[in-house]
Amino acid sequence: MALFKLQINGKSYQTEAEADTPLLWVLRDNLGLVGTKYGCGIAQCGACTVHLNGEATRSCTLPVSAIGTSKVTTIEGLSKNGDHPVQKAWDEVDVAQCGYCQAGQIMTAAALLKRKPKPTDAEIEATMSGNLCRCGTYHRIKEAVKVAAKTK
Amino acid sequence: MSSQLSHNRRNFLKIAAVTGGGLFLGFNWTESEAATQTVLTKGISAVPGVDFNSYLSINPQGVITILSPNPEVGQGIKTAFPIIVAEELDADWKNVVVEQAPLDTKKFERQVAGGSGSIPHSWKRLREAGATARHMLIDAAAKRWNVSAADCSTSKGFVLHAGSNRKLSYGELATEAGKMTIPSDVKLKEIKDFKLIGQTIRNVDNPGIITGKPLFGLDFYREGMLIGMLQRPAFGYKLKSVDSAAAKAMPGIVNVVTINNSVAVVGKSTWQVKKAKDALKIEWEKDGNLESTSDHNRLFKEMLDSPNTTVRRKDGDVETAFKNAAKVIKAEYQCPFLPHNPLEPMNFFAHVKADSAELVGPSQTPESARNQAAKLLGLPPEKVTVQLTRMGGGFGRRLNTDYAIEAVQVSKAVNAPVKVMWTREDDMTGGIYRPAVRYRFEAALDAQNNLIGYKLRGASINAGNATREDNFPSGAVENLLIDSIDHKSPITTGPWRAPITNFLAFAEQAFLDEVAHAAGKDPVQFRLELLDKAKKNPTGKITYDIDRMKGVIQLAVEKSGWGKNKNVSQGISVYFSHRSYVAQVGEVVMEKGKPVLKKVYSAADCGVVINQSGAQQQVRGCVVDGIGHAMYGNITFKDGIPDQKNFNDYKLIRMNEIPEIEVHFVQNEIDPTGLGEPSLPPAGAAVANAIFKATGKRLYNQPFVQTEVFKGVS
Ligand code: FES
Ligand code: FES
Repeated sequence: MALFKLQINGKSYQTEAEADTPLLWVLRDNLGLVGTKYGCGIAQCGACTVHLNGEATRSCTLPVSAIGTSKVTTIEGLSKNGDHPVQKAWDEVDVAQCGYCQAGQIMTAAALLKRKPKPTDAEIEATMSGNLCRCGTYHRIKEAVKVAAKTK
Repeated sequence: MSSQLSHNRRNFLKIAAVTGGGLFLGFNWTESEAATQTVLTKGISAVPGVDFNSYLSINPQGVITILSPNPEVGQGIKTAFPIIVAEELDADWKNVVVEQAPLDTKKFERQVAGGSGSIPHSWKRLREAGATARHMLIDAAAKRWNVSAADCSTSKGFVLHAGSNRKLSYGELATEAGKMTIPSDVKLKEIKDFKLIGQTIRNVDNPGIITGKPLFGLDFYREGMLIGMLQRPAFGYKLKSVDSAAAKAMPGIVNVVTINNSVAVVGKSTWQVKKAKDALKIEWEKDGNLESTSDHNRLFKEMLDSPNTTVRRKDGDVETAFKNAAKVIKAEYQCPFLPHNPLEPMNFFAHVKADSAELVGPSQTPESARNQAAKLLGLPPEKVTVQLTRMGGGFGRRLNTDYAIEAVQVSKAVNAPVKVMWTREDDMTGGIYRPAVRYRFEAALDAQNNLIGYKLRGASINAGNATREDNFPSGAVENLLIDSIDHKSPITTGPWRAPITNFLAFAEQAFLDEVAHAAGKDPVQFRLELLDKAKKNPTGKITYDIDRMKGVIQLAVEKSGWGKNKNVSQGISVYFSHRSYVAQVGEVVMEKGKPVLKKVYSAADCGVVINQSGAQQQVRGCVVDGIGHAMYGNITFKDGIPDQKNFNDYKLIRMNEIPEIEVHFVQNEIDPTGLGEPSLPPAGAAVANAIFKATGKRLYNQPFVQTEVFKGVS
């Protein structure tokens, strides 16, 4: 066990974990930030997507010891009041079915729009295809990304 | 940290406490008990003990709380049920708060998510619940104004008296309304007067979903809770021995226990438990047939030629019809085992105490989980509580309660609150799969290309009867024989979204397309002619509504411009399942010599549509699911061990692989039926038939991607 200092959602956290513990489980088990989801544990589904210094990152394969001073943003910290343009678009378009994948989808989409405020359809597809939705909400995810791009 | 469940509960109680004398109108939603509705005008202290089947409460501030009893698995029931109540109540949707009810077999019935049955089961009950409250609110206003109730009306949370131009809000009336006589027979609205039902209404859990609130079972946390993971045997094996010394010595590990044939590792955190589970040294031994996919392929052939089938339906004289046939068409279709793969893997929390047990988690059948837990623990069922969490998908997997019972067993064994969780690998290799099937179809045409004989034999692994003998085209063919044969395997199977029909519809609708082609008829025309025949001259029992089936075909034809666009290749498929009717047209174009699915038109008749947004989602989700699994889904075995273990070797459909999907509904005033499943069965054949049109090649086996047509396509 080692002590880790983490910058998450603009706050400093200290937590004890084994060095190889994926960030996902530190968030969920140690810090109670359970908005970030587990779907596969091997970087295939995107349910665990967080931002690491603003970039979409799979937290299930990122050891806590590799984070250092990088700034982590989770779904809980994407906005103060749940009103990030991507979150608003997700509500407006009514994307979710079961909702389990959606935190990861939103984090991926938010990072995409930060990098590319006006993505083309092909760019949306290329990026969002990394995130699985077992319920098949892909049409609305695509639509919501476009709505968010317009409101930005 | 507290769980969302208890948090919600507290909030709810707090509202009640603040409002002091707030009124809780309780409603039994069962017809038999409708007369015994209880009205509570007490405060907070009485709330937890109220003995209702369901309730809807209105506080003096006008907040309307509607409890949703059924498990929410992504089918949108937590939004749809309250819409129905609020409609008949004439509530302002803005003031409605929806709460998930826990399992309570005294207050509710059929707290199940399955079979697309929630809406048809509860439609009338929910409407009556809303209408009764509305009636009592009107009575209270009429009394206060000293006017006739007949002269009052309601709108968006107010009772109005047009004659004197007065109005009172439901909140203002709540306390008095609670004292009114409960009407025994309330008038429900005319469907044409619906204001909420049929609108586009967003998921009530959106705020929590988009901000990452702990809504799901896996998010549940309880102070002092341990994490449990199990290593389970593969199919046909049992536990021989386990060396857990290394695992036990690992940090954070509290205990390693044997539960039946599985080994459970219990510890403080998920990662520690997972690593310790991986460090277990387990020896398994053979306990049954160790089956491989190659064995199943051989078994299918043997079963299809076997004389030992069970006859499911027999009409007319099939032998003679085939003897006299001018043309006989014969084909076989096969579908593999499939895991359900809900994105939230199996998990459940259990805290077994000396004389009670508490369960929390995602289950499509919480009552069955409770009863099994009670039986196992030797407790009366009322000593076992079950809280329902939102489920990260289910697709039928969570109809089975194995994982909840595991949690009970582990909690009991280690005498602590435990959340058992399955890794994705556990989930994908853990069984209760969709069964594998192979069908043999035979059709006899006479010299005028009329279908005079039809045979279907279903051969399956652990499916029981792999046919649905009374489904179309039964009733439309004079000479028909449907039989089935099943092999019992150690590979466990269970219901998978639209059980049986999810593959039967593909096979049947693809085969009928072949027959239409052999008869030289347009596939739409061919189906319509058969339906006309079933109507005019039915053979045997007919369990589907012929006019509604024709209705969805006609709507799909109209919306897709069937056969009009020569630049695309279209295929049609139509199916009746779970009480709803769905026709779909797939549209394919050739790109670089390969077929690409561009679009699917879906036309459904599920009666009254409750929520446009939810309904559209269910249809799109079903089509994506149906196409995705027909294209890619496949789980294979070597000596009882699944070959695919996670999403790196098991492919689910992704955003870049979906067609455009257009969703249409037949508009009528028929009582609503479910939508969680019926749009899935027709999807596979809509695609396969369009691909035939484009390539001249039939797709006989799922997954399609492994067939000749898609060679070289990744
Ligand atoms: S859980 Fe990290 S990508 Fe699936
Ligand atoms: S909404 Fe259920 S997995 Fe995406």
